[in-house]
Amino acid sequence: MEHVDGNALAGPLAEFFSFDVTMAVAKCEGCGSIAELARAMVYASDAGTVVRCGSCGQVLMTLVESEDRAWIRFTGMGAIEVARTSAAG
Amino acid sequence: MSFITRGFSGRSRERDERLPPGQTLVHDFPVLSAGPTPDIDTADWEFTIRTESGSQSWNWDEFMALEIDEVSTDIHCVTHWSKLGTSWRGVSIDTLFEHVETGYDYVMAHSYGGYTTNVPLDELRGGKAWVAFEFDGEPLEPEHGGPARLLVPHLYFWKSAKWVRGLEMMPTDEPGFWEQNGYHLHGDPWKEERYW
Ligand SMILES: [Zn+2]
Repeated sequence: MEHVDGNALAGPLAEFFSFDVTMAVAKCEGCGSIAELARAMVYASDAGTVVRCGSCGQVLMTLVESEDRAWIRFTGMGAIEVARTSAAG
Repeated sequence: MSFITRGFSGRSRERDERLPPGQTLVHDFPVLSAGPTPDIDTADWEFTIRTESGSQSWNWDEFMALEIDEVSTDIHCVTHWSKLGTSWRGVSIDTLFEHVETGYDYVMAHSYGGYTTNVPLDELRGGKAWVAFEFDGEPLEPEHGGPARLLVPHLYFWKSAKWVRGLEMMPTDEPGFWEQNGYHLHGDPWKEERYW
């Protein structure tokens, strides 16, 4: 199968990255619990934000922000489930 | 102004030469954590160095029987604060490595609670780093990493792992927790090695 370059992601990911992150559902790769991110434990400090599983405490994701850049990493979660914002497709 | 006396705390138009670029002097001790503060009783505490050939461990009493250094040093956090002339007591990494042989050049520090950070071995040896258990004449408080934390004052303070429980020798430099998530692999405050 032919592949195309990453510019082809603009369409599908525009929808994905417009979701309300607190409503997203993720599975913890540590304990397997499936929960809305709103139920996670968030440890926020000037160094960065660490999101931990509400059931087992494993790190699910991290967010680091500098003055001009930001880094997000989905460390300990599997697929993320989001509600579709459009009925199309 | 040609000199600054110890304990000088007034405002000066001249920048304090002990402050690395982009840093601001603070007098409190801000707390930065990536998770809950672990509650570790010194009776349960253990410190282990793992190498390619085995491991060496000390319990709290054995650790306290090692040679203890008094350390006065400046510390620099990547979040732009520095503290000058902080005082600590701890065991030098040089003292610990008198009991350990390794051919590996890199270290991953591991903490209770799962935090990790990487430092080259030659930046821990030679009087540059300690496992510290006292700050300002008092046992190190849990929120600041007690019972014991790594103290690597010449690097940004995220390298001074709180609640440290051991060092793992590695053949190559691998990123620790913050280093995987945007922070610099090395972290020299004088070169402003803050992020990738
Ligand atoms: Zn979990």
